[in-house]
Amino acid sequence: MGIVRNVLDDGLEGLDHNFLTGRIEDLIKWSRSRSSWGATFGLACCAIEMMGTGAPHYDLARFGMEVFRASPRQADIMIVAGRVSQKMAPVLRQVYDQMMEPKWVISMGVCASSGGMFNNYAIVQGVDQVVPVDVYAPGCPPTPETLIHAIETLHQLIEDGEIMRRRASSGAGANVHIQEIPAGITTPVILGAR
Amino acid sequence: MSSEVTTTPATLHGCLLGESRGQSVLFVPRQSYIATMKKLVDDGYEMCVDLTAVDFLTHNARNLPEGVAPERFEVVVNLLSLSKRERLRVRVQISESDPRIDSLFDLYPGTEAMEREVFDMFGISFTGHPDLTRILMPEDWQGHPLRKDYAQGRIPVQFKGAAS
Amino acid sequence: MTPRESDAVISAAAGTNEGNQELRSRSELTAKEVMREVGAVLRMSEADAALLAEVEADPGEDQTMIINMGPQHPSTHGVLRLMLELKGETVLRCKPIIGYLHTGMEKTGESLTFMQGGTNVTRMDYLSPLNSELVFSMATEKLLGIDGDIPERAVWIRMLLSELNRMSSHLLFMATNGMDIGAVSMMLYGWREREIVLRFFQKVTGLRMNHNFIRPGGVAADLPAGWRDDVMSILDMLPDRLGEYDVLMTNQPIWRERLQGVGVITQAEAIALGATGPILRSTGLAWDLRRDMPYMHYDQLEFDVIVGSYGDAFDRYAIRLNEIRESMRIVRQILDRVPSGDYRIQDKKVTPPPRARIDESMEALIHHFKIFTEGFKVPEGEVYVAIESPRGEVGCYIASDGSPTPYRMHVRAPSFVNVQALPHMMRGGLVADAVAVISSVDPVLGEVDR
Repeated sequence: MGIVRNVLDDGLEGLDHNFLTGRIEDLIKWSRSRSSWGATFGLACCAIEMMGTGAPHYDLARFGMEVFRASPRQADIMIVAGRVSQKMAPVLRQVYDQMMEPKWVISMGVCASSGGMFNNYAIVQGVDQVVPVDVYAPGCPPTPETLIHAIETLHQLIEDGEIMRRRASSGAGANVHIQEIPAGITTPVILGAR
Repeated sequence: MSSEVTTTPATLHGCLLGESRGQSVLFVPRQSYIATMKKLVDDGYEMCVDLTAVDFLTHNARNLPEGVAPERFEVVVNLLSLSKRERLRVRVQISESDPRIDSLFDLYPGTEAMEREVFDMFGISFTGHPDLTRILMPEDWQGHPLRKDYAQGRIPVQFKGAAS
Repeated sequence: MTPRESDAVISAAAGTNEGNQELRSRSELTAKEVMREVGAVLRMSEADAALLAEVEADPGEDQTMIINMGPQHPSTHGVLRLMLELKGETVLRCKPIIGYLHTGMEKTGESLTFMQGGTNVTRMDYLSPLNSELVFSMATEKLLGIDGDIPERAVWIRMLLSELNRMSSHLLFMATNGMDIGAVSMMLYGWREREIVLRFFQKVTGLRMNHNFIRPGGVAADLPAGWRDDVMSILDMLPDRLGEYDVLMTNQPIWRERLQGVGVITQAEAIALGATGPILRSTGLAWDLRRDMPYMHYDQLEFDVIVGSYGDAFDRYAIRLNEIRESMRIVRQILDRVPSGDYRIQDKKVTPPPRARIDESMEALIHHFKIFTEGFKVPEGEVYVAIESPRGEVGCYIASDGSPTPYRMHVRAPSFVNVQALPHMMRGGLVADAVAVISSVDPVLGEVDR
C-alpha cells in the first residue's frame, strides 16, 4: 500500500497524513495533569475560598479541575481545606486511603499546613502528620489566586513526572512550599491612621 | 451619728438577684435549681439561650454578693423572655468535690447539646440528661479541656523572641 | 371550688369527660410533651453504631437500617455527621454528631488578649465573620464600660459591614441551598454575586474573609475613598439578580415540591429548642434582635422582619431571600447617615495610637507597646451580649478577672443550637429531604464546634 510503502521507504518522514507521535508516558502525564479532579475535603473557612475558586470569577474548571467529586474513588487530588481536628484525622486518613493511585494532596491554608493559629490540643498540627502532602498553600485563607498557583504547581510536577519518581522512591509527599499571592488590592488599607 | 440606710439585697424567688454591667444576674443555690427555673419559666422566660460553665480554679476570689459561697465551678444559664424582651442570667455554684447538677432538659429541650458540651469541656455531670456523652472531643478522650488545670496543648514552635 | 373540682362537677352532670380544662403551666410539661415528635433523636453512641455492622441481619425481617451520612459529604455544609435510622426511605430517627471541627477556640481565647480575640472569634462563623467580631467587641466594650462612648461613625460603619455580611452570607445560602436541591447553576450565580461583596470587604478591611476589622473601641481603619460608589454599585446590581432567582427558583414547581412541607417545625418546638433566626421566624414568630432588642442604631432605621407561616424549608428559603432585600434597604439608609468623625474611640488605654504619632511621642510609643504586647486590662466582671447574625442569635459571654486576657470566653453559636432541631425536622420525611432540611437550617460547622 501507499502508506506502508512510504514509511518503509522514508521512515516517519514518509507520513503525509496528520499524525501526532509521542511517547505514551508523556501522553499519560499530560492527561493526568490537565484532567485531575479534586476530592471534596472542605472543612472550614478555606473550603469557602475553595468554592470561591471554583466559582465563575476564578473558574477552576479551566485548569481541568472540572468537578469536585464527592466519592474519593473518582478523585485525583485531595485538597485538604481547613483545620483538621482530632476527631477528623482518622476520617482524613480513611478518605485518603480510599483514593485510587495516582493521587496527590494539596494542603490548603495554614491550619492544614501546620496547625495555623490554633496551636492547641484540638487541632492536628499539620496534615502531613496524617497524609503525605505534595504542595503547601499558605494563607488564612489563601486567596483564590494562591490556590490556583498551588494547583498549577502540582500540575507542572505531574506533567514533568518528578512527582511519580519521588513517590516511587520514598513514598512521601513532594513537600513543595509556594508563596502566597495576595489578591489584587489597588490601595492598601492603612490601619490606625488617626 | 451616721445615717446608714441598710439596703436589703434584692431577691427573686428566694434567690439573690444581683446585676453586672446593667444585666440582671440571679444566684441560685444548687438545691433549689430546678424549682427556681420552673418558676422562671412561668414568669415568662420561654427560651434558654445559652448554658455554659466557668472554672474559677485560678480566680476564686471573685466578686460575689454576700451569702453566695464561691465554688470552683459555676454553671451560667442565660434566659430570654420573648414576651417581655428581657434577659436574665442564672449562676449556680458547683463544688469541685461533687460536680453534678440537675439537667434542664425537661424544661428546655434545647439545653441538651449545651449540657453535653459543658460535660465534655468541664466534667460537670447533669443528672436526668438523656444522653450525657462527649460531643466535641472524641468519645474516648481523657480529660476535660476547658478546665484551668488542663494545658492548652501547644507544641513548641521555633519562633525567635516570642513568649511561649 | 377550685377550677378542677368545678370541671369534675360539670362533666359528672353532663356525663362527659372533658378532661382538664386548665392549661398546665409550661413549667410542668416535660420535654417529651413539649416536643411534638417523641423519640426523634437516635440515642445511640457512635461506638455502638460501629458495632452494628457486625450484627447478623435477618433477611426475612422488615428491619430498620442505621446509616451514616458524613462527615465527608458534599451536602452536609461542612463536617456534620448524621446517623439516620431508616425504614425503607423514611427517616425514623436521626442523631447529629458534631465535633469534627472542634478547634479549641474558647481555650485559645483565654490566652489571647482582647485585641487579638477578634482574630479567634472571626473564624468561628466564617460566613459572617464581621458579626462574630462585632459581638465579641461589644461584649468587651461593655466590660470596659465604654459601650456608650463608641463614636458615631464607628457605629454606623459597623452596621454597614454587618448588613453587607448578612447579604453575603444569605447569598451563599442561596448558592448552597440551590446546589443541594439540585439547581446546580444557582451555585455559580450565588458565588458570582457574593464575589462583588467580598471585593468590597477586601477594599475596606484588607481581607476577603476573616477580617479582624471590628475591634473593641471601633473599627480598625477608616472607610476608603469612594466607598459610597462601591456600595451603590452592589445595590444597583443585586435587585435584578434577586429577581432572576425568583424566576429560577421561587416560582418553579420543582423547587416548591421539594421544599414545601419539608422539615416542618412548630413554634413551640422552636422556642423549646432555643432555635433562633430564620428557623424561628419561619414558624410565624417575628423575633429579630435588631428590632426587638435593638443594639447600635437599628432603632433609627426602618426595615421589616420577614416571617413565614408554615415552618418548612420553603419558608426559610423565602425568608433569607427577602432578608437580602431588607438588608439592601438598610444599607441604603445607612449610606445617607454615616457621619464624619472618628472611626474608633480615642481612649488611649484601649485603642492604639495612630502610626504617625509613634515617631513623635514617647507616650504613644509606650501605649502602642503595652497594647500590642501585654494588652489592655479589662475590669473584673461578666457580661453576655447578643446580636442577630444571619443564622440567629449569636452571643458572647465573657468573664474577666482584671487581666488583659479573658478569663472565660464563650460564644453562643446559633448553629450549635439550631442543629438540635434537625432530628425533629427530619422525622417522618424521606432521605432525599434530609439534605434539603440540613441546607435550610444553614449550619456553619465552625461555630457549631468552635
